[in-house]
Amino acid sequence: MIKVLKPGLQTTVQDDGRIGYYETGMPPSGALDQYSYGIANMLVGNDKGAACLEITMMGPELAFEKNSTIAITGATIPPKVNGEDVPMWETLEVKAGDVLSFDFVKKGARAYLAVAGGIDVPVIMDSRSTYTLCGIGGYEGRALAADDSLSIGSMKEKDVKIGTSVPEQYIPQFTNKHDIRIIIGLCSYRLTEESKQKFLDLEWTVTPEANRVGYRLKGERLDFVPREQPFGAGSNPSNVVDLGYPIGSIQIPDGVEPIALLNDAVTGGGYATVATIISTDLNRIAQAKTNEKIKFVSVTLEEALEARKETKQNLEEIRNLIHTN
Amino acid sequence: MNDFITRYSYGGDEFIFVEMSEDMNLEVNFQAMAITEKLKKKNIPGVLDICPSNASYMVRYNPDELAADDLINELKQLESSVENLDDVVINSRLVDVPVLFEDPWTHEAVMQFRDRHQDPESTDIEYAARINGYDSKEEFIEAITGSPFLVSMIGFVPGLPFCFQIVPREKQIEVPKYVRPRTFTPERCFGFGGGFSVVYPVQGAGGYQMFGISATPVFDKEQKLPDFQESMVFPRQGDIFRYRSVSREEYDAIREQVEAGTFEYRKKEFQFKPDDVLKDPDAFSQEVLRRLYND
Repeated sequence: MIKVLKPGLQTTVQDDGRIGYYETGMPPSGALDQYSYGIANMLVGNDKGAACLEITMMGPELAFEKNSTIAITGATIPPKVNGEDVPMWETLEVKAGDVLSFDFVKKGARAYLAVAGGIDVPVIMDSRSTYTLCGIGGYEGRALAADDSLSIGSMKEKDVKIGTSVPEQYIPQFTNKHDIRIIIGLCSYRLTEESKQKFLDLEWTVTPEANRVGYRLKGERLDFVPREQPFGAGSNPSNVVDLGYPIGSIQIPDGVEPIALLNDAVTGGGYATVATIISTDLNRIAQAKTNEKIKFVSVTLEEALEARKETKQNLEEIRNLIHTN
Repeated sequence: MNDFITRYSYGGDEFIFVEMSEDMNLEVNFQAMAITEKLKKKNIPGVLDICPSNASYMVRYNPDELAADDLINELKQLESSVENLDDVVINSRLVDVPVLFEDPWTHEAVMQFRDRHQDPESTDIEYAARINGYDSKEEFIEAITGSPFLVSMIGFVPGLPFCFQIVPREKQIEVPKYVRPRTFTPERCFGFGGGFSVVYPVQGAGGYQMFGISATPVFDKEQKLPDFQESMVFPRQGDIFRYRSVSREEYDAIREQVEAGTFEYRKKEFQFKPDDVLKDPDAFSQEVLRRLYND
């Protein structure tokens, strides 16, 4: 068992997501930064898909009731065991009675804590991920609170030597400016050519509304091509007949403040969507914080697939390094 | 069918978004329903999620297993195979959904967000009745409850049914969405935005005009009620919902049954062909009501 002494700002149980229920309106949830999450599991020898803790901005304080193997990846949030600094991106051991705590986050926004065996909560619709809006999954459908007790599961597939670490070149460098690659499309025909260009040229600022549902961004107003609104859409030029929203899609309600939708977002609605963040860069936008800058870079599907392949290859290389250590 | 040419678009590297029409009409909804149904039956490896919506649909796929353009080619073939809807049969349920219009809880939310509304001096239902040309709220409620709605899409949050009324175009109600979305909507609120009515499954944000509250849930995470044994989500695309205006007394009585876990929707299994609806929506609606309440 792991006892939660302090919950942190928002710590939730997440895995690789709830896939296959989107048509009922159920978003996938799951770790926002799947890259860091994946590596955390590798470092403790877990099966792909074991549940971890996703830590946002401010870490929890956790007491371990038995000897465990753990790893922390993602945002730079210096971890301490019994007050002593311990490294991130490395296989660590904690003893019964040890307390894990964290310093303030330095870079990035979300860290992942994996425990050998995985966090054991009930599987709901093929996933242990927390979807707080409807109170589904995770630990009682919510973020952790003080005095919660987390059980450890049995999803360990192999032993990893304590001290195994991830080579520097595979560790993402989190900055305060983020180039996020997108594929333009969906309802982008609704934007004027000038606004489409502006969308790409502007440096957008992350507003305080930046969470697992999505990121709202501040910049300048964008304009839609004037038209007589089609039947059923609603009267605002940013309205369309309600449709599905891809994960990572970007909508611009009323032309102000684009919203990039993430893993806990609504699955559909009536705003024109103009682009979608490529799967690889969903991991990266998740590490952006309020007041940091985002620039959208338009890429082709081929470029998106190339980036996806590269990430997959990196993960494969890391897995081999860790498991042959 | 209109002369709109379907737009196929990449939603990043994991989604294909297909927009079949910019305006809402039943024919396009039936076509999208038929395409996604056929796609499901094909069980193509790499297809992860098939999400039919109102006048469009979306497919989530794994690009490591399935190439986007191969999927699009498949979808184009399916599209041409459903141009003629003659052989399409929709498995539906006729469902009675009791609604308390202008209830106190929704009214409180309506008043809380007047500053985000087109017409801060009216309530949502007064405003919607007026701009749709009705002389009174009562006549407007009569229009909403007089003909049933097709569940044309599920989404936004788990279990939210987008419902499109089965009436000729000239009788269809249309209302704008809030000027700025609300941060609060009561659970089970009956709302209307654009050409669609909805029941909000859970409390949360929303932008539709708020007219009342459904006595019965569309989402039940505990799966306590008999109608939710198989899924937390009750509505299915293709269902036909009749929103029936109820008194406060009936509302309270139904709420007691829901709380006790005994409530079951009045519903009938029903099959129909798109053409039954398209050629005479009024006659179809009256037939549906007769079947639901009399047979």
